[in-house]
Amino acid sequence: MRPARGLARLGVPTLSVAVFLAAWEGGVRALHIPAYLLPAPTLVAATLAANFASLAASWWFTVRITLIALALATGGGVLIAALFALSRNAERALAPFAVVLQVTPIVSIAPLIMILTDSPLATVIVCAWLVAFFPILANTLTGLRSVDANLRDLFTLQRASRWQTLRHLLVPSALPSFLTGLRIAGGLALIGEVGGEFAAGAAGRDTGLASRILESAFRTEIPKMFAALTLVALTGVALYLGTGALSRALLGRWHESERSA
Amino acid sequence: MSGVKSERLSGACGASGITDGATGLGAPFRFRRVEPLRGLGDRAGSGARYSQPVSSPTASAALSLSQVRRVYPGSRLALADVSLRIATGEFVSLLGPSGCGKSTVLRLLGGLDMPTSGTISRGLADDAVPGYVFQDAALMPWASVRRNVELPLMLRGQDGAAIRARVDDALRAVGLADSAAAMPRELSGGMKMRASLARALVTAPRLWLLDEPFGALDEITRFALNQTLLSLCQPADGGAPATTVFVTHSVYEAVFLSQRVVVMARPGRVVDEVRVPAPYPRDAAFRTTPQFASLCAQVSQALQRASVAGAPA
Repeated sequence: MRPARGLARLGVPTLSVAVFLAAWEGGVRALHIPAYLLPAPTLVAATLAANFASLAASWWFTVRITLIALALATGGGVLIAALFALSRNAERALAPFAVVLQVTPIVSIAPLIMILTDSPLATVIVCAWLVAFFPILANTLTGLRSVDANLRDLFTLQRASRWQTLRHLLVPSALPSFLTGLRIAGGLALIGEVGGEFAAGAAGRDTGLASRILESAFRTEIPKMFAALTLVALTGVALYLGTGALSRALLGRWHESERSA
Repeated sequence: MSGVKSERLSGACGASGITDGATGLGAPFRFRRVEPLRGLGDRAGSGARYSQPVSSPTASAALSLSQVRRVYPGSRLALADVSLRIATGEFVSLLGPSGCGKSTVLRLLGGLDMPTSGTISRGLADDAVPGYVFQDAALMPWASVRRNVELPLMLRGQDGAAIRARVDDALRAVGLADSAAAMPRELSGGMKMRASLARALVTAPRLWLLDEPFGALDEITRFALNQTLLSLCQPADGGAPATTVFVTHSVYEAVFLSQRVVVMARPGRVVDEVRVPAPYPRDAAFRTTPQFASLCAQVSQALQRASVAGAPA
C-alpha cells in the first residue's frame, strides 16, 4: 500500500509536468514558433546553463532579500500579534493601518517607498516586508486567541506564571496558525520582492532576478527572460516546500492539518 | 452566618501542603451583600417549598457557601443566595438542568470565579490546588499523555525522577500505564478522560471538583470511569477519602457515586437534597439493588419538582 501511495504522490505530478514540457517543446518545433515569442524548454535550459554565472548572482540577491524580508515580517508580525492579544485597545488603534497597508496593492505604494527611502535595496526589502507581514500578524493573532478555555483555567488553577503560560500554553496553541501564516507569507515575500524590484527599476550589478527579467525584455532576449523566470518560479516552489516541511516537522505528530498528509 | 469555621483536614495529606484551615483561604471571604434583583430571585409561589437552603448537619465542613449570589454582566443571575456545606471527605453531586448554576458553584469553589455577594470558605491551605476535571478532557494536543499528566508538577517547578514515579503511579491508578507515550489524538474519549483524571490525581488533591466529566461518554465507558473515580476519591485501602464535588445531569451517575445528591433549579437555587446511605466501596452490584432503584426514583422526583418550580410562570 505504502510504495504505491508514494509512487502516486511523486509520480503523478512528475508525469504531468513532463507531459506539459514535452507538449510545449513539440508545439514550438511543429509550429515553428520563433524563439523571441516562445522559446522551447530545451532552449531555455541551454540559455540558463550558458548564463548561469551571471544569473546566479541575481538569484542570490533575490533569495537573500526575500528571506531577510520574511524574517523581519515574521518577527514584526509575531510581536505585534502578541501586543494585540494583550491589549484590545492597541489592536483597535493600529488595525486600520495594518489593513490599509495590506489592501493597497504593493506596486502602487512602491514608487512612494522608493522616494522615501531613496535606496533600491531598502525599497525592495520594505515592499517584500509589507506584503509578508500581514498574514503572519493575522494568523498568529487568531492562534493566540483560540487557546482552549479549559486549559487556560487549568493554568490559572495551577498558578502558572506569565512566562509559563506563554511557553507552555500560548506558543504551542498558536503554532499551527502561525505556520499557516508563514506558508502564505513565504510566497508573498517573493511576490513583494519582485514587485519592489520592478518598481525600483534599478539596473546593474547589485540587482535581482526581476531586474534581469525587465532587462531581458528591453533587449528582447526572450530565452534569457524565461531562464530568469524559471529561477523565480523555482524559488517560489522551494519556499512553498520549505515552509511546508517546517510545518510537518513541527506539527506532524499532533495536529489535524498535518494528519496523513 | 458567622459560624462557618474551617476545620483542620485530617488524613493522609502529609506534606502535600495542607495546613491549618484558619490560614489563607481557610478563613472565610466576606463579600458585600448587594440588593437582590427584583423578579429574578423571587421566592414566592410554588417554589417557596424548595427555596430554603439545605445544608449538611455535619460539623466539620470542608467547604461552605453561605448566601452566595453570582450575577454575571448584563444582570444575568447565575446563583441566587445558595447555601451549601460539604463535609471533609464527603462525595456530593450537584444535579440539575443546564443553566441552573451547578458549574458556577464549581468555578466559585475552585477560585476561578468570584461571587457577587456571600461567603465562601474552603478548609484548604492557600497553596492547595484542587483537582479540577473539565467537561472535555482539556488535554494539550501537542504533548504526550505523560507530559500532559505531569503538567501540574512541572508548573510547580518539580522535576526529575520523583515526578516520573508520581506520574507512573497516577497513570497506573487510572489504567493508562501502557499509554504514557501516546498522543491525545490517538486515545478514545474514555482514555482521554482517564488521562484528565490522572492529571488531577498527580497532585494528590484533597479536594476534587468535577464538571460533568463523563457527560460525553457512552454508558459502558461511563460506568467504568465512575468506578475508577470512586477508587481515587474514596480509596478502599483505608486511605483518607478526598472531598469531592461532582456536577452531573445524570440521576444514575449522581446516586451511584455520591453520599449526597444536591438538586438545583433555575435560576441558580438549591431546592432539595437526597442522601445515599450506601457505604463505599460500591460496585456494579449496587446498581441492581432495590435501594439504588428507589433512590434514583426519589432523585428523579426531586428533579421533576425542581424543574416545575423553576419553570417560568
